[in-house]
Amino acid sequence: MSNKATLAKAKMLKPQTKQSFTTYIMVIAAFVIMMVLSSTGNVSSQIEGLLVPLCVYSILAVSLNLTVGILGELSLGQAGFMCVGAYASALFSIATNESITVAWIRFPLAILVGGICAAVFGILIGIPVLRLRGDYLAIVTLAFGEIIKNVFAALYVGIDSNGLHIALNQADMNLAEDGTEIIRGALGVKGVPQDSTFVIGFVLLMITLIISYNFINSRTGRAVKAIRDNAIAAESVGLNITKYKLITFALTAFLAGLAGALYSHNYATLQAAKFDYNMSILILVFVVLGGIGNIRGSVIAAIVLTLLPEVLRSINNYRMLIYSIVLIVMMICTSNEKARNLIISVFNWLKDQIIKLKNMIIKPKTKEVK
Amino acid sequence: MGFLNNLINGISLGSIYAVIALGYTLVYGIAKMLNFAHGDIIMVGGYVIFYSMTSFQINPYISVLLAVIACTVLGIVIEKIAYKPLRQATSLSVLITAIGVSYFLQNSALLLFGEKPVNFTSVVNIPSISLFDGQIVITGETIVAIIISILIVVGLSLFIKKTKSGRAMLAVSEDKDAAQLMGININRTISLTFAIGAGLAAIAGALLCSAYPTLQNTTGAMPGIKAFVAAVFGGIGSVPGAMIGGILIGVIEILGRAYISPQLSDAIVFAVLILVLIVKPTGLLGKKIREKV
Repeated sequence: MSNKATLAKAKMLKPQTKQSFTTYIMVIAAFVIMMVLSSTGNVSSQIEGLLVPLCVYSILAVSLNLTVGILGELSLGQAGFMCVGAYASALFSIATNESITVAWIRFPLAILVGGICAAVFGILIGIPVLRLRGDYLAIVTLAFGEIIKNVFAALYVGIDSNGLHIALNQADMNLAEDGTEIIRGALGVKGVPQDSTFVIGFVLLMITLIISYNFINSRTGRAVKAIRDNAIAAESVGLNITKYKLITFALTAFLAGLAGALYSHNYATLQAAKFDYNMSILILVFVVLGGIGNIRGSVIAAIVLTLLPEVLRSINNYRMLIYSIVLIVMMICTSNEKARNLIISVFNWLKDQIIKLKNMIIKPKTKEVK
Repeated sequence: MGFLNNLINGISLGSIYAVIALGYTLVYGIAKMLNFAHGDIIMVGGYVIFYSMTSFQINPYISVLLAVIACTVLGIVIEKIAYKPLRQATSLSVLITAIGVSYFLQNSALLLFGEKPVNFTSVVNIPSISLFDGQIVITGETIVAIIISILIVVGLSLFIKKTKSGRAMLAVSEDKDAAQLMGININRTISLTFAIGAGLAAIAGALLCSAYPTLQNTTGAMPGIKAFVAAVFGGIGSVPGAMIGGILIGVIEILGRAYISPQLSDAIVFAVLILVLIVKPTGLLGKKIREKV
């Protein structure tokens, strides 16, 4: 009886709710399996080192999917927001290392600082950028990403008894004897506390997923999707396009900032050069392969495409080549009428074959019953 | 004198950007797509010239011609395989495909030629000119880059205005459907545009690698994006605009590197793009396109 009741309840759930809960359960299951495996010592150190990056890339992919899939605009500046989050949180951690000694208080604060700084950048960048559309928007986000990277790579920040010193080269900083350099230009930041753990990564990923799913299914999310599908129609029913675009953009930046904070606290050193155009493209590959607009797909694609090259070392050299082919083939297959029909017919043919095969296996049994 | 030297260097670099920007502007004007792979065709052209000069000992000028032919073919092949199936697709899909093509070229080059930069020997053998007792030096590469870019701009303008194919390109860029009704073969015109763009990229590759003689798989990426900035600056779709935008971007980059900060020169160029798009999105010589509902 109780079984039937829960079944009926499950049927009553909205499809969106079902979809999001499936994703949560999937991620939780993957987390539990990994925890069990690592506590029993069945995980190689190589995979162990990948656990936090897996969470980082999943968060980045989900957040980019909000802009690409839900808003329908291509952003190539994801690495820039990640860079802001990484630097802001690293600076916060180093500055408060002595005053807040408990890591489990300091680190969540650092993550929040990273996310908020990235979101502020997202809004600042979004105001001019979101007036543009399509190709122009993509190239401007790319430009902003490169500017952020270049500025951080040229930045020198030091602290001494006189306060904070910011300069564009080492000599201009004029640090006192007791001063320490925090950001050293292209050499980046040294001595970031390594607070990131798989558990924190998992919690952040879950938070990202919950925020994303609730955003998509909220009133705001529906407005954003309406703007994506037809901006003129959406505007004519009174939706404020700039506002909704800005909200999505800021949310994407905020989540990317969280990922950046997680990333920076996973390694002892932090360099701006890591957050280049290639990183943005890598995240885009995850989003495209997982399915534009599909949050669960982004997580799966990020995990598979990060693990696969590490497990299959031999394909590591061809990794980027394969990614580029994936991008082209995915786009042609989903956007071209002929290619799509071809794939559908191939799938139908496969289905027929499977049914035939099934019948072949099952038929003798039914005869026996008769 | 230092300022004059920088200015000359800027104009030289800017002429190269102008040649690249022409390819962007033509393709954007006619196919309405941002061909991200354009910069990487420069790199392919550079490698063709390098290997035909070093491995096969071919005359530099014939090497450049070979590169132009190779890149033209490559441009047409890319258009046919990757972009043609997406004529009706959204700009998002086309842009992602173009990024994919760009990555494909870069990583194929990485696997084929290795990641170590090679030393490119200049294809230009004109002696440099010294003025004011050697205080100002104009290299042969600079002279050739400026002359070639002017020749290309004049030639291309004449081609578009005077020839039948050129006028067909103009018509397609104005209104694709109307052009088709007038009996213009759209597919052929777009292929022709890609061919011209890729051929120009090969010439740009020769000029770029002669002026900055290192060549590796990412050589074309940054100049490609900066040339797009130049194309937007000058007004996308406008041939003289690409020339003006290219030279301005080149000068801004070199002066920024000399007087503000060497690390920030790229950031300055991108800041220019953002300013242009905010203040005057149509660029210096671009036409305003009204959106029809």
